[in-house]
Amino acid sequence: MKKLKSSLTNMLAVLTVIAIVAAGVLASVNAVTAPQIEKINAENLSAGIKVVMGSNDIQVSEPWEVDAFIAYDVNDKEGNLLGKAVVTTENGFGGPLKVLVGFNTEGDILGYTVLEHAETPGLGAKAGEWFQDKIKGMNPGKNNFTVSKDGGEVDAITASTITSRAFLRAIQNAYDKIIAGQDATSGATQQASASDMGTPDVIE
Amino acid sequence: MNNLKVLVNGIIKENPTFVLLLGMCPTLGTTSSAINGMSMGLATMCVLILSNFIIASIKKLIPDAVRIPSYIVVIASLVTVLQMLIKAYAPDIDKSLGLFIPLIVVNCIILGRAESFAAKNGPVASVFDGIGIGLGFTLGLTCLGAVRELLGTGAIFGVTLWGENYGMLMFVLAPGAFLALGYLIVLFNRITKKA
Amino acid sequence: MDYVLNLILIIIVAIFVNNVVLAQFLGICPFLGVSKKVDTASGMGMAVTAVLVVATIVTYLIQVYVLNAFGLEYLQTIAFILVIAALVQMIEIILKKTMPALYQALGVFLPLITTNCCILGVAILVIQKEYDLLEGVIYALATGIGFLLAMVLFAGLREQLDLIDVPKSFRGVPIALVTAGLLAMAFMGFSGVDGGLKILFGLQ
Repeated sequence: MKKLKSSLTNMLAVLTVIAIVAAGVLASVNAVTAPQIEKINAENLSAGIKVVMGSNDIQVSEPWEVDAFIAYDVNDKEGNLLGKAVVTTENGFGGPLKVLVGFNTEGDILGYTVLEHAETPGLGAKAGEWFQDKIKGMNPGKNNFTVSKDGGEVDAITASTITSRAFLRAIQNAYDKIIAGQDATSGATQQASASDMGTPDVIE
Repeated sequence: MNNLKVLVNGIIKENPTFVLLLGMCPTLGTTSSAINGMSMGLATMCVLILSNFIIASIKKLIPDAVRIPSYIVVIASLVTVLQMLIKAYAPDIDKSLGLFIPLIVVNCIILGRAESFAAKNGPVASVFDGIGIGLGFTLGLTCLGAVRELLGTGAIFGVTLWGENYGMLMFVLAPGAFLALGYLIVLFNRITKKA
Repeated sequence: MDYVLNLILIIIVAIFVNNVVLAQFLGICPFLGVSKKVDTASGMGMAVTAVLVVATIVTYLIQVYVLNAFGLEYLQTIAFILVIAALVQMIEIILKKTMPALYQALGVFLPLITTNCCILGVAILVIQKEYDLLEGVIYALATGIGFLLAMVLFAGLREQLDLIDVPKSFRGVPIALVTAGLLAMAFMGFSGVDGGLKILFGLQ
């Protein structure tokens, strides 16, 4: 067979055919893989929530969002509230550091898992295991939840203070917004009304 | 050339990593461990074999003037299919290779082989060329990944040999990629050319 | 105000902290291939910067108004690479017609740019990082400047290397790679600067 000539009709026809075939193949592969990708993401999330809540027999609520935080209310099988799982993101050393952290109803940390990170391999990337035993049971509202270098109670990853700080800040923010924020909505209104009443005293 | 010769040629004489110095971005960017390097090499090999085969099969139907855009569409489609499959069935690989999977499209090895081999040879020979060059690339990346992982973290393929307390972390980081590759090329030259 | 500071931060990070060549390993081929002389290196750097900015604008618009609008996100790679290839051709033709002097200086580099992975890489990264158009353009421009800086520094070093008696097996690419490694090490000194600036700018 002879090679096709580079005439305008030939070129247009060939490019169109190739483009249509390519688009068709991609669309069909996408139709197969897209549900699978969604399934994997959902499975990862539900597995992650089980890990950070430290329990397999749980029911997870629909997510709700406060600013950039995504929170899930977690109940046990009988419907008693176990606590909350929160997805929180902070800038680490190499890029965003995304952590899923579980709190019980008191705000004590039940567990965590790192969902996404771009930290240095061998240094900050160790955040996934490093803090597992160190921060379980701690409460960012009661404990001094910073690295020991900054006067806090948590040992930083060796040679990775920036990652460690970002990691702790991520959890602290999740606590402030989601856990403390819940009680604080009522607390904040009280404070506001108190300061409204208090204003006349401080004039001049 | 018989097919075996084509195969060996790709691994040694025209090794893309150590001799032709093609596809340097993924070579340096994904070899922080042996496993990562190998995954990248194998992913590239899949695309290369298929693109070589398809292009060698349809080359007569493509007018010369639109050769390159047609090749690019074929390669980009293959890469996208691979990217979707990896995301769906091997999400861990997707996490560690990240941006470098879509960037297989602009890996000069693939378009280079399409132009210099698949456009001139039959489908079967082109598949062998794809396997050879692909293996050469995989081998190069795995070697580089293994060296960097061993020097950097004291482990190889995730198996700890002397522990990361005795590793030179720099080799896992950016500068180590350049240094390790430089020294490996010297070594490869010494062995193959007795330079 | 925060938005402007954020842009400044994007610029500094893209040029120094996350240098496209020395930290992200994008655009290595021209970095090693056309860096023997300072003037060709700077020509290549400027050509890449120009294409980067134009390509980012076009791919951004395509992503938002075509791919996202019609749910065709899976065609991203194929659409972007075709747009970039076409764009490079167009820039070449336009330059040739309108600015022959500039074409003389940059023209030879243009065909090489299509397969420069930093163009496609940056186009995809802008989408991944969820930048808006202005942030994307600034990021692309700064990445280009970072590329130019790395090219010129590296070419300067290689010009000096020519005067030195290099061991035989190191001649050519190996010694260039070792030099690049040392340059990358120097740039590692900038890592963490972004965290400090963020605090300085009050963005944290």
